[in-house]
Amino acid sequence: MERIAIVGVGQTKYERGKTKNFAELVYEVARKALDDAGMELSDIDNVVTTTNDFFDGRTIACMPIAEASGSYGRDATNVEGDGTLSAFYGLMRTLSGVYGTTMVTAHCKVSEGSPRKLFNQAFDPVYDRLLGMDAISSCALQARAYMHRFGITEEQCAKVSVKNHGNAKNNPYAHVALDITVEDVMKSPMLAEPIKRLDTSPISDGACAIILATEEVVQKKAARKPVWIKGVAHCTDAYRLGERDLTHSLPLETAAKKAYQMAGIKDPSREIHVAEVYDAFSYMELMWYEGLGFCGPGQGGQLIDNGATQMGGKLPVNPSGGVLSAHSVQVAGLARIAEAVLQLRGEAGRRQVPGAKVALAHGITGICAQTHCVWVLSN
Amino acid sequence: MENETILEVKEKDGLLIHQGVIRVPYTWAAGAVASKFYAGLRNKRIYGVRCPTCRIVLVPPKKTCHRCFGELSEWVEVGHEGTLQTFTVVHYHEPELHPLKAPFAYGIIKLDGADTGMTHVIAEADLKALKEGMRVKAVFKEIPGGNYLDIKYFKPVKGEK
Repeated sequence: MERIAIVGVGQTKYERGKTKNFAELVYEVARKALDDAGMELSDIDNVVTTTNDFFDGRTIACMPIAEASGSYGRDATNVEGDGTLSAFYGLMRTLSGVYGTTMVTAHCKVSEGSPRKLFNQAFDPVYDRLLGMDAISSCALQARAYMHRFGITEEQCAKVSVKNHGNAKNNPYAHVALDITVEDVMKSPMLAEPIKRLDTSPISDGACAIILATEEVVQKKAARKPVWIKGVAHCTDAYRLGERDLTHSLPLETAAKKAYQMAGIKDPSREIHVAEVYDAFSYMELMWYEGLGFCGPGQGGQLIDNGATQMGGKLPVNPSGGVLSAHSVQVAGLARIAEAVLQLRGEAGRRQVPGAKVALAHGITGICAQTHCVWVLSN
Repeated sequence: MENETILEVKEKDGLLIHQGVIRVPYTWAAGAVASKFYAGLRNKRIYGVRCPTCRIVLVPPKKTCHRCFGELSEWVEVGHEGTLQTFTVVHYHEPELHPLKAPFAYGIIKLDGADTGMTHVIAEADLKALKEGMRVKAVFKEIPGGNYLDIKYFKPVKGEK
């Protein structure tokens, strides 16, 4: 693959009930990404936005925010899904040879809709939508299936919540930063067994943007600190929960292997220095450790137990606090990429993993993470 | 019906927040496969489809095999009883979504003769005694409505705790 770099990133602070509207949020991050890249809008050749009509509460939701993303007079397109998939599409467009630069934006105001009702609409209207499941109850089925098969405990899941909410204290963009203990998580209200309140991610509003550029543009513009895309892959599972192996994500394993092959990574647990993964629920982070090959199948619990993924550990995961501390749905994967970029530039402030040279970012979409997208980045 | 786009205007930090409702009538064609599945439920018979290539029986049925992309047209009847693969007991209330009042359980059930699981509600059960691998049985709705809740719920088979 031709070398493509991420040359600019921008994020809002994630909060519930932001008073900025969609376009104001998108403009904030597009402007920040341009400033970060040392570019002007005239340097941007095309735009990929990320919208979801149900979350946005309007149809053709990409059009009202087009101007705020810099689309006017340009080739602009849109992705419905996680921001990692928009970035994936942006990468393809940058590789096409037609565009030297691509602006990728994502925004979401989860607080403005009715999250449980909206998520229920993801189920098949002629089949199981009538069961009334949402993200929490469907993921509880996955959590239990995974934990039962491998003997993962609720305490081990709770450790993810403690770690990530603690890490969030070092991230000025994070929504929910907490000093909590495993006991606090265990005593928080039970929502859908085994998922408790503190195993879940918050309802967050926010936006994120990144700018991609070809090597030619990087050299011509003397980009400040380019971060190179070394490997990326995307893979999807069956739609229905009952047709999947809920205890082990084959699509994540497939996407990770492909991304590692592209990046020339043979032993991810040694060669990756920091990872930002999509932990919408605490159990997910343990499952994703396994799918990403940070440990073997069923060993996610041991990996959190031995401290490998905490700050100062062998492979810190979610120094930003992850999605457990800020979940602006469509944005969350793109935020993982932006955080990975900051780590590789050495600009992650108090959440910096010293000397990080190779970073992983991961996004998901769909009921119980039907789709996974894995990015390997390097400075 | 009135225009419900803005029903209330609130203020936060000196800025206006418009509050309204989106209510959109919709029709969904169930398609040939689900239509036949619901016709079966009307007679208390549960049907799935067998993939001729993958040799798996999928319940509920669908048109295309996700593994081999083959068309699924071989109908097979499966049992009313099956095995609970996984479950969750829901403790929060969402009256406009949930078919039962919390606490209640969702489960994934592999019916006898099927190779895939069916997501459904578990009722008439001691929620504390639910466990993976337990036998459960479909309870049919008295007057079928041509939808997923024509199986009202699954309940533990007698003799199961």
